Amino acid sequence: MKKKILMGSHAVAEAVKLARVDVISAYPITPQTVIVERLAEMVERGELKSRYVRVESEHSALAVVYGASAGGSRVFTATSSHGLLYMYEMLWWVTNSRLPVVMAVATRAIGPPWNIHTDHNDALTIRDAGWIIGFAESVQEAFDMTLQAYKIGEDKRVLLPVMIALDGFILSHTSEPVLVPEEEEVADWLPPREPLPFKVEPGKPFAVGNLGPDNVTMELRWNAWKAAERAKRVIEEVSAQYEKRFVTGTSSGLVERYETEGAKYLAISIGAWSGDVKEAVDALREEGYDVGLARIRYVRPFPREELRDLLSSVRAAVVLDRSVSMGHMGILGSEVRAVSERTPVKNVIAGIGGVDVSYKDFISILRGFVEEYEAGLSGEWSVAEWYMPWVTER
Amino acid sequence: MLREFMILSRGGQGGVTASRILATAAAVEGRWAQAMPEFGAERRGAIVRSYLRVSEEPIRRRSAVREPEGVAVFSRRIIEITDVNKLAPPPVPLLLNSEKGVVLGERRVFYVDATGIALKLGLLVAGWPLVNTAMAAAMAKTFNIASLESVKKAMGDYFRGKTLEANLAAAELAWESVRGL
Amino acid sequence: MGMRYVPSDLEGEANKDLEDLRNKLLSRPSPGASGPTGSWRLFRPEVSAAKCVKCGICWLYCPEDVIAWTQRELPRIDYTYCKGCGVCASVCPTKAIEMVVEGE
Repeated sequence: MKKKILMGSHAVAEAVKLARVDVISAYPITPQTVIVERLAEMVERGELKSRYVRVESEHSALAVVYGASAGGSRVFTATSSHGLLYMYEMLWWVTNSRLPVVMAVATRAIGPPWNIHTDHNDALTIRDAGWIIGFAESVQEAFDMTLQAYKIGEDKRVLLPVMIALDGFILSHTSEPVLVPEEEEVADWLPPREPLPFKVEPGKPFAVGNLGPDNVTMELRWNAWKAAERAKRVIEEVSAQYEKRFVTGTSSGLVERYETEGAKYLAISIGAWSGDVKEAVDALREEGYDVGLARIRYVRPFPREELRDLLSSVRAAVVLDRSVSMGHMGILGSEVRAVSERTPVKNVIAGIGGVDVSYKDFISILRGFVEEYEAGLSGEWSVAEWYMPWVTER
Repeated sequence: MLREFMILSRGGQGGVTASRILATAAAVEGRWAQAMPEFGAERRGAIVRSYLRVSEEPIRRRSAVREPEGVAVFSRRIIEITDVNKLAPPPVPLLLNSEKGVVLGERRVFYVDATGIALKLGLLVAGWPLVNTAMAAAMAKTFNIASLESVKKAMGDYFRGKTLEANLAAAELAWESVRGL
Repeated sequence: MGMRYVPSDLEGEANKDLEDLRNKLLSRPSPGASGPTGSWRLFRPEVSAAKCVKCGICWLYCPEDVIAWTQRELPRIDYTYCKGCGVCASVCPTKAIEMVVEGE
C-alpha cells in the first residue's frame, strides 16, 4: 500500500490502470477530461498496456468500448453532463447486451446557462438505463469504487455496466490522501476478465442484438432485472471483501449509516457533500437533536430494503437532493419517498448548478426540518422545497 | 484541529499546484490534507481561488473555504481587481507576492518577491514566471503549515530533474526571504 | 426558510418568468463581456514601428479581436481587453511584436 496525494481524476485513472484495462475510449469534456488525459499519458509512457482509441464523440466512445467489451476486453470510458446525455442511446445497448463496461462520470450541471460545476442531474438522468450507479463521497472512495466496479460488473451473477459518479471539481479536481494498493495485490484480487462464452472474434461471425420477437425482448429484460437484484448482494460481497483486504477506510455495501443508531430523525444524501452533512449531523447532535445520516452509495440497484428499515425506525426523514425532476420533485427525493411506508419524507433541493452548500447550510436545513416536524408541519412536505437563501422571493 | 487557507492566483500561475504541494507536505508530516481549486472560467489569466485544508484527522468538509485563517495572493494586481477584504476580511493575515509590503487593512501582511525569485532561477512556463513553489514555501513558513524539508520533499511529486532543482532553490530562497510588515 | 412553489397568479408569474429569461439566459455581444480582461495580462504586446510591415496577420489571428488594423497605419491594440496571450507576437512574420513584462 502506498499513500499518495491524488486528485479525484487521477485516483480514478490510477484505479483503471491497476485494473489493467485493455481498451479505453473517450471524448474530452470538463471536468472529466483530466481522467482520460492521465490515462493517455500512462499509455503513451508504456506504463499501461491498453489500446487508447480516440473518437469524435461520446456516442462513439461508448460504441468503441461496447464493441471491445463484446470481444472480451476489459474497458473504460469517462464523461460528464452533455457528453453523458449524448451517450444516452448507447447506454441502453450496453446494458441490454449485458456488457460489464465501466465508466466514470465527473458530475456536472446541464446547460443552459453553460455551467461546468457539479450537480447530480446528469448521472441521475440515466437512472433507468440499467447501469449500476455508484456515488463516491471522497477521492479514496472514487478510487475504491472504480476498482470494485470491475469485480462487480464482470461477476457472472451480474454482467451489467457500472457507472461511478464523482462530483465534478469537488472530487474530480480536489486532492486528498489516497491509499493505493500494490499492483500484485490488485492483480491477485482482480484477475483478468473472464470473457463471455460467446465473445465476438474475427473469423467467427455472429451478430449481437439482431431483430427479435417481442417476447424475447421482454424475457431478456426480465433476466437483466434479476441481475440488477443479484447485484445488491454482489456489491455487498465485493466491497466488504475489498475493505477487508485493502483497509482503505471507506464504507462498503449500498448505504453508509452515520450516527443512525437510535436516531429519531434521518438525513439522506449522496455524493461529496455528504461529508459536510456529517459535520452538520454532529453539530445537531450537540444541540440535542438525534439526527443520523444514511448516505446512499448505490442509487442503482436501489437500496430499497435498507432504506425501508432505516426509515421505519425514525420519526421523519429529509432527502438532500442535488437534482430535480421538473413537475415532481428531486430525483432522489422521489426514490426515497417511494420506499417509505409511513415515515414522512421532506425533500430539499439545493446546490443546483454547483451552488456551494456547506456544513453551515446543512445545519440550518436539518434544524429547519426537525423544527417543522416537531411543530406538526410535515403535512406540507408533499411539495419539495428549494434552498436558495440568497433569493428573497416568498 | 481543522485549518483552512485560501490562495488567490491567476489561471496559469500555479496556485492550484501550490495548494497541492502544501497538502502533500502536510501528508509527509503524517497529517490529513485537502487541496481544492475553485474555477470560475478556466482561462489563462483569470482569477482562480484555491483552498487548502490541513488537519490531524480525516477531512470531511468539501464545501468552499469561506473563513480562511490565512490568505496568499499570487500577484499584486489581484488585489486591485478583487475584493480581498471581502473574501478574507481582516484580521486574516495575508501573504503577498511582492517586492515590498503593502498595507491592506487591519491585518498582518507578509511579502515575498516570488516573481523575482522565479525570474532569477529561470522558472518560466510559456513566458510566465512560475511563482507557485516560492509561494508554497513562503506560505508554509508564514502560516506554519509544514517545514521546509517537507515542502521540498513534496515537490518531488510534482517536478523532476532540472525543473525540480530550480524549484527547490526557489523554495529555499522564498523560505529565507519572506518578511512581515 | 426554503421555498415552496404553489401556483397562484398564473399570468403575473408567467410575465416574471419571461422577464427572468431575458435577463438571465440571454447575453448580447459586447466588448468585454467578461469585464476588463486586460487586467489578466502578465505580458503586453508592443508593436515596433521600425519592423512592422502592416500585413495584418496579427489582426487576423488575434483570438480576442482587440487589434485594429488598416494597411496605412500600425496595428492598434486595445489594452483594456487584450489578455496578453502572445498569439500576435508568435505569428508576426517580421518579429515586430514584442511581449514585455506588464508593470505591476
